[in-house]
Amino acid sequence: MRAIVNPRPGARLAIAVPFAWLLVLFLAPFVIVAGISLGESSIGIPPYTPPLVFSDGLVPTLNVNLGNYALLLGDSLYIRAYLDAVEFAAIATAICLALGYPMAYAIARAPRTWRNPLLMLVILPFWTSFLIRVYAWVGILKTNGLLNNLLLASGLIDQPLPLLNNLFSVELALVYSYLPFMILPLYATLERMDPALLEAAADLGCRPFRAFLTVTLPLSLPGIAAGCLLVFIPAVGEFVIPDLLGGPDTLMIGKVLWDEFFTNRDWPVASAVAIAMLVLLVAPIALAQRAIGRGVGAA
Amino acid sequence: MAGPPHLSVERVTKSFGTVAAVDDVSLAVGSGEFFALLGPSGCGKTTLLRLLAGFEAPDTGRILIDGIDMTGVPPYARPVNMMFQSYALFPHMSVAQNVGFGLRQEGLAKTAIGQRVAAMLDLVQMGDFAARKPSELSGGQKQRVALARALVKEPKLLLLDEPLAALDRKLREQTQFELVRIQEQVGVTFIVVTHDQAEAMTMASRIAVMDAGRLRQIGSPSEVYEAPNSRFVADFIGAVNLLSGSSREIAAGQLVIDTPTAGTLRVVGAAVPGATVTIALRPEKISLAREPAPSTENRHEGVVREIAYLGSLSLYRVELPSGAILRVSLPNTARLAEPPFARGERVSLSWAADAAIVVPE
Repeated sequence: MRAIVNPRPGARLAIAVPFAWLLVLFLAPFVIVAGISLGESSIGIPPYTPPLVFSDGLVPTLNVNLGNYALLLGDSLYIRAYLDAVEFAAIATAICLALGYPMAYAIARAPRTWRNPLLMLVILPFWTSFLIRVYAWVGILKTNGLLNNLLLASGLIDQPLPLLNNLFSVELALVYSYLPFMILPLYATLERMDPALLEAAADLGCRPFRAFLTVTLPLSLPGIAAGCLLVFIPAVGEFVIPDLLGGPDTLMIGKVLWDEFFTNRDWPVASAVAIAMLVLLVAPIALAQRAIGRGVGAA
Repeated sequence: MAGPPHLSVERVTKSFGTVAAVDDVSLAVGSGEFFALLGPSGCGKTTLLRLLAGFEAPDTGRILIDGIDMTGVPPYARPVNMMFQSYALFPHMSVAQNVGFGLRQEGLAKTAIGQRVAAMLDLVQMGDFAARKPSELSGGQKQRVALARALVKEPKLLLLDEPLAALDRKLREQTQFELVRIQEQVGVTFIVVTHDQAEAMTMASRIAVMDAGRLRQIGSPSEVYEAPNSRFVADFIGAVNLLSGSSREIAAGQLVIDTPTAGTLRVVGAAVPGATVTIALRPEKISLAREPAPSTENRHEGVVREIAYLGSLSLYRVELPSGAILRVSLPNTARLAEPPFARGERVSLSWAADAAIVVPE
């Protein structure tokens, strides 16, 4: 018991490093951004007035401005951008799950010598910069791009298809970019599953598809939850994909945030957008984490 | 075994790559038998079990259950259930849900399932644990649940793959008798795979000894122990002294054998004069004495080289004048602080002519 109460210095250091990392690089910026979100936009450097001022260097004066949050609620643009981002991310997550599950299953059931090369192929895209890979889609999808030219040359179409700057291109790039994050945790859970469980199900009179539904699927729920979170969370806040591939109808919150910061230079509103996004995401994450915790406890 | 056999395996061969895991095996098992497949690891006994369950398909030959050819019948349609070595309990289901899984596949009514599950859990003395998850059970409890789950569908054949391998020694011995009790109670034919000869001999009414994919001998526990048909079986089942020699003649119903290691031996048995033979002599069939035995047959002088005290018995390694070592085991019938013979002591060994058996090479 003493060892738990007073961990050895090595153990303390091992805990302290990630703790300090989170404190300095996550919590501190979060507090700063939360502070800015309560400030007021002004012309100057920095372009805002902080909510807490020490007048004469000593007396703290609180000047909290909730107007930025009121703006978010009042302007339908922000609400729509939030809802669209959640919707697009949810669609992308669902497609990733539908594509990724069979792929992860196939890799997990492949002969042992094949598994690592197949996983390597899944991770291979990461060897090229994310930005470059997304930008490459512009060249493929644009009106006189690779895909349209190919289809025109083959005679399948006589007019170029509108493939770029719409919901289709955004979803395509979201699925393309985040599919590996779905496959990897799914593979990890499926690969760990004892193959004897499926044999036991068959032995007890269960046909293969039903065995999948009653044994494999419930046991892979932690992997499904982890994969969905890993895809959904970054997809909601995604900025590069809607910026490069999105059209006027794909207003995602990440892009709104960018515009507030760099186009409007309204730091307080941009900070409020960021804080609101974080709060909106924390609720589903916490729920999902609890579901995973229960799933692991049952297994 | 009255009537047609319950299970018959007809010339079944199964190869993985170039290795024949099961090589031209034929056997018949009667209804209600407790049948053991015994052999060293890698001998093909588990593959044979998986062929019976339908997880593997034979390359040649066929398997019949109650006269019905099982070729092409998938595992979920066979009247066979298996208890897996890892138990393979579904971790996301309670004990009751695990046991009821097979019945739910049959589409039985909920109340009927509940009754049969409860009765089966009572049979394996797990009635109080119905709501537990497998992760909350001990190894012995998991083993009981796995047994209940495999038995609840009342299969024609219950296959048990190393059912006791994961249990500690004390529990294993207890469970051996428990399995026999349950088997007698439900009357289902049990086929158990094991590498532990003591386990096979305790539980099974008949034992099939396998080696390198082939069946070496089928018989009752005492048959395979006392009358092994090969050097392999004699050596695999229990401890044995194997002595090679050449047969000289048959005199007074006894085979006279000249051995380079133990001189002239007399054995009840038959062999062509001049043939090279191996005789198998169990350690417990040899007597040790300080004074030479009155009979001059099968009597040897030796020196005790090593003693292993095992509590109920002691093992002696006795060196013959030729340098060969004979293993002898003696029960410790009296409470003695010291074993009756000391290391380095000269002793006289003897055994009856019918104590040893001639085994083919």
